[in-house]
Amino acid sequence: MPKQAIALEAGRGPGPSLSLGRVLVYAALIAAAVFFLVPFFVMAITSVKSMEDIRTGHLISWPRQFTMEAWRKAWDSACIGVNCVGMKGYFWNSVRMVVPSVVLSTLIGAMNGYVFSKWRFPGSETFFSFLLLGCFIPFQVILLPMSLTLGKLGLAQSVQGLILVHTVYGLPFTTLFFRNFYVTIPDEIIKAAKIDGAGFFRILRRIVLPVSAPIFVVSIIWQTTQIWNDFLFGVVFSGSGSQPVTVALNNLVNTSTGVKEYNVDMAAAIIAGLPTLLVYIVSGKYFVRGLTAGAVKG
Amino acid sequence: MATLTISGIRKSFGAEEVLKGVSLSVASGEFLVLVGPSGCGKSTLLNLIAGLETANAGEIRIGDRVVNDVRPKDRDIAMVFQSYALYPNMNVRQNLAFGLETRRVPREQVRQTIERVANMLQIEELLERRPRQLSGGQRQRVAMGRALARDPAIFLFDEPLSNLDAKLRVEMRTEIKLLHQRIKTTIVYVTHDQIEALTLADRIAVMKDGVIHQFDTPQQVYDNPANLFVAGFIGSPSMNFIPCRLVEQGGNVGAVLDAGAGRSFFMPVPRPKADLHPWIGREVILGVRPEQIAAGFHEQESNPQIHPIECQVQVLEPTGPDTLVFVSINGREVTCRVSPKAARAPGENMKLMVDMSKALLFDPQSEQRIEA
Repeated sequence: MPKQAIALEAGRGPGPSLSLGRVLVYAALIAAAVFFLVPFFVMAITSVKSMEDIRTGHLISWPRQFTMEAWRKAWDSACIGVNCVGMKGYFWNSVRMVVPSVVLSTLIGAMNGYVFSKWRFPGSETFFSFLLLGCFIPFQVILLPMSLTLGKLGLAQSVQGLILVHTVYGLPFTTLFFRNFYVTIPDEIIKAAKIDGAGFFRILRRIVLPVSAPIFVVSIIWQTTQIWNDFLFGVVFSGSGSQPVTVALNNLVNTSTGVKEYNVDMAAAIIAGLPTLLVYIVSGKYFVRGLTAGAVKG
Repeated sequence: MATLTISGIRKSFGAEEVLKGVSLSVASGEFLVLVGPSGCGKSTLLNLIAGLETANAGEIRIGDRVVNDVRPKDRDIAMVFQSYALYPNMNVRQNLAFGLETRRVPREQVRQTIERVANMLQIEELLERRPRQLSGGQRQRVAMGRALARDPAIFLFDEPLSNLDAKLRVEMRTEIKLLHQRIKTTIVYVTHDQIEALTLADRIAVMKDGVIHQFDTPQQVYDNPANLFVAGFIGSPSMNFIPCRLVEQGGNVGAVLDAGAGRSFFMPVPRPKADLHPWIGREVILGVRPEQIAAGFHEQESNPQIHPIECQVQVLEPTGPDTLVFVSINGREVTCRVSPKAARAPGENMKLMVDMSKALLFDPQSEQRIEA
């Protein structure tokens, strides 16, 4: 923002002029931003109010006194069902589930994409289209067969089981990302490397992976967000020791003993949403760049 | 250095047969150019030699070894691609070293090789740069350097100059020729540019529709094309094809050319090896290159095969050293190459001399040469 303001002041030349149309555009954008940010703002201020404050003030009034009490309680001691242990254990469950799932689905997706773009085999296009169908299968459809499978594998109600489900379910997307990115690497480069004596893995390691950073970012953001935010698989396939943070949040909010502690609910909700927000803020610009990389270079 | 022998190669992609039984042999150290219009199968043939595609039938030999089932890396070949295909994440030095490192060449030897190649191609100061920091001509040099570093038995070039601008293309063409004279390695070079083919090749294979139409030295391909396609494809501006009727006049067999306005000229054709009598009274196609129709030739007094014709000039195209004059003969547009001073303005009549000693006759049905 400051940079643009300076440009407006200093550059009467090529900078954008402040015409009526532009004012309208800014007004509309600001209105939209406010519209989407207000709920988060309400969550944030409610989470730092005391219950007393919430009862006497109204929804968007500024907290009379800032307190992190609700945050500590949400993290440490809020009742989730009958266990009053806070969100922290479930938060780490989610981390233990998300990190391996994201790493595995991204690496396997990279390998799949490399094969489907640079080592095509008879029928590989058909194979790829079948894999893509996976993007369109609703979660609900696979609940029963998947729980049977997990049971047979002895992974029912475990974090490992959730890792398997999320890895498999993520593969159509990650494969699609990597395949579309690798299509933009000229085939002649792969041919040159083959003639230079490099094989499947050496070409992948020395030539393809080093240029893949943008699409890795896309895949990691996408998968982290999907898996961290998942509720359905989390509630169906987890056991008491392996529930992810989304399930815990639901149980926390629905636990009805005594007063409804809005500030704790809000703090817990922000805790549950924070990691995906952070991932996006840190690497969001690479996300956009990675998504458009193929389009620009192609 | 190695010989290359290709016999009866066929290759189909789906239902489409792109190579329909191709055979040729290249001597050790020879520079072979595969030339033809796009889609003629020349690049596919090169990919088959490289091992990047597999033939449906036929045999490819490098030296004494049948390589049909040998992988590209074990064929002892190096290839230069049209897009250069440099590894974008590596600098020039790493690009040159990649093939050697893959083959586990000792580090010291890799260093010496890169030094030698960089010196030969004058790219020493570029060694630490990335491909995207190089100009087209520099990328081209690095791509050749990568092939040279490998010191292969055969070099394969796939339209290496097509992405360069006109001036640089001519320069690099000369450099490739010099390079070949120096290293004397067998080269197979694919291009659609007939001038590149004529200037570079020891021998040219002219291809169309998956078939080799002629396989000969550049001069032979130019002077004695096997058929209408080769005659029209090689040479710029293209050879004039004039449909005409063969007649016998005073013991000579010749073509009757009608230059319009009631002017008709008899052009005796030189005595061919073949007997032309069966063709008398029939339609043939007379092939005459533009430089064989001029305002005058030095030896026109002494050479009985140079005959005059008078035509109306339609268009002039000055090229600098010569001016191209377009006239109409037998209803066809005919290009003549005359000296700029001799050219007359459009609409005027001009007396031209036709050198029939190199004129060719083609069968309009089979499109093959009649004599030879």
